[in-house]
Amino acid sequence: MNFTKTLAAATALALTLGGTAIAQTKAGFIYVGPVGDLGWSYEHDQGRLAVEEAFGDKVETTYVESVPEGADAARVMTQMALGGADIIFTTSFGYMDQTLEVAAKFPNVRFEHATGYKRSDNVSTYSARFYEGRHVIGLIAGRMTETNTVGYIASFPIPEVVRGINAAYLAAKSVNPDVEFKVIWVYTWFDPGKEADAANALIEQGADVIMQHTDSPAAMTIAEEKGIMAFGQASDMMQFGPNARLSSIIDNWGPYYVARVQAVMDGTWESMDTWDGIAPGMVEIGAFSDRIPADVRAEAQAAADAIAAGTLHPFTGPINKQDGSVWLADGEIADDGTLAGLNFYVEGIEGELPK
Amino acid sequence: MDFSSLNPVALAVSLIVAATPILLAAVGELVVEKSGVLNLGVEGMMIIGAIAGFAVSVDSASPWLGLLAAMLAGAGLALIFGFLTQVLLSNQVATGLALTLFGLGLAALLGQSYTGMKPPSSPRLDIPVLSDLPVLGELLFRHDFMVYGSIALVFGVWYFLNRSRAGLVLRAVGENHDAAHSLGYNVVLIRMGAIAFGGACAGLGGAYLSLIRVPQWSEGMTAGAGWIALAIVVFASWKPWRLILGAYLFGGVTILQLNLQALGIGISAAYLSMTPYLITIIVLVIMSADRRRASMNAPASLGKIFHASH
Repeated sequence: MNFTKTLAAATALALTLGGTAIAQTKAGFIYVGPVGDLGWSYEHDQGRLAVEEAFGDKVETTYVESVPEGADAARVMTQMALGGADIIFTTSFGYMDQTLEVAAKFPNVRFEHATGYKRSDNVSTYSARFYEGRHVIGLIAGRMTETNTVGYIASFPIPEVVRGINAAYLAAKSVNPDVEFKVIWVYTWFDPGKEADAANALIEQGADVIMQHTDSPAAMTIAEEKGIMAFGQASDMMQFGPNARLSSIIDNWGPYYVARVQAVMDGTWESMDTWDGIAPGMVEIGAFSDRIPADVRAEAQAAADAIAAGTLHPFTGPINKQDGSVWLADGEIADDGTLAGLNFYVEGIEGELPK
Repeated sequence: MDFSSLNPVALAVSLIVAATPILLAAVGELVVEKSGVLNLGVEGMMIIGAIAGFAVSVDSASPWLGLLAAMLAGAGLALIFGFLTQVLLSNQVATGLALTLFGLGLAALLGQSYTGMKPPSSPRLDIPVLSDLPVLGELLFRHDFMVYGSIALVFGVWYFLNRSRAGLVLRAVGENHDAAHSLGYNVVLIRMGAIAFGGACAGLGGAYLSLIRVPQWSEGMTAGAGWIALAIVVFASWKPWRLILGAYLFGGVTILQLNLQALGIGISAAYLSMTPYLITIIVLVIMSADRRRASMNAPASLGKIFHASH
């Protein structure tokens, strides 16, 4: 179904792009979900709007939403490139190979791929250190859980998601040695029904705090209904769980998008890898709920500040892998290369990581 | 393996919730197919029902009005399909697919201002003594009213198709529209009625999703439920009671898969996710292996265009 929808959108896009005459910088955005998901794609679109606001008439932005990962994505990118886009942001991990493939055909168009690790002369990658945020909410989860069970709704077993689970678990464990994580893989970024079912399954099995790495606020809605606690993901999600929401990790792409479009205008754009965290503001921690005791709030804030200041790294040894072998020795800090390809659980997490 | 945290009652309750929207849509589609029309637009009608029900509930603060609106919206969309296929004699498969695309797009447009809102909560059954029974109470007497509604609907459809004269006429139209026509029955009118009923049921199923199961509106939230409903009709070999089995099986596997994962059982989720589809394929194979049985079950005029001058 998405195929035809995408095709129609791409055609409409080509028409819009073809119709302009003034010399403008054209920026295209491709989203994996609808901009109305109030999560991941929504925040990328907020970034696009920030670009429009910053440059006004000097920039023209277009976007195509709900583009499936795979061949459809390549077609949408090609359409955008043919339509005269100067820079194209492809905002999902699964667009990685298509981005490289299309970029090779359009050497004069700059591509920006979110959360990937493959680059070329005209493909940059960028991501946020979400695990820094996970560390902070992990601390809160560890302190707040009464059943010592934290439920985690995970999307796909890719390093990005595995990092988040590990970071949250280590932080929760550091303040609550009895804490246990239950992880459910739903194999989708966006399916409110399935996400709600997963939340219910976790609650049935004793979880009283829910974290998610999926894009819709369905789990937050369920948490509110069942009277347990949850964290906003990608977006604040306050309106879905006024009582349930403890805090949130908010993605703030605006400054990065503005900087990159500026670089295109100035002719200074070059391929690079950006991985920013709490310090430059790409990862924001949403306001703490009053439900969290003051000392825990202070503790979480201190952790966020320490991460921003560079004095605390969520992956600091000693940390063992799930099988008990040593990953990081005492005081050792994980390097970015290892983190980028992280494909194992740390010691203490139950269950097998799907391959 | 520690199964103690797996509560079978809670499991059954969430199974029923996961199965109800599919069951509602499937029972409507069954009637449509029994009348000889193949409407592949279930997904589109469901999502229109989801947004119409959600929007009206939020604006009127009444879940009942929302459900009514969902039925009307689903039926309205279905009648577009009915007009195209029954009056203008367009291809049913293509028109049904177009209906799904149209429904998804229209729902996204209508829903733009409703994201992030909270619908009024729907009443649950609460019978003083029965609902408080330890296991049975939770299992049988504490669901939202729509769960009972869906089962009553299946019973109603069974009774209508097998025990009423009108149902017999509808089946006759689905088996051989030319014969029914020559007997003086208005084939187009009967099919339009069935199509509208199917749309209303699909709309109701969609509203169940946005008002009770999730409950929230987000674009594309049916996420394929309509297609599963279509598969279940075939799985049930067009028999109403088997729909319940099929829907609860699909719902059950989904829920079980999530629960087993939370238990940390090392069975790949992919296997469990594909199980219901695998079962559907197996059922299809078994059914079509026996040609006589297959032809007995599928309405003979299913998907064929009816033209009175033939």
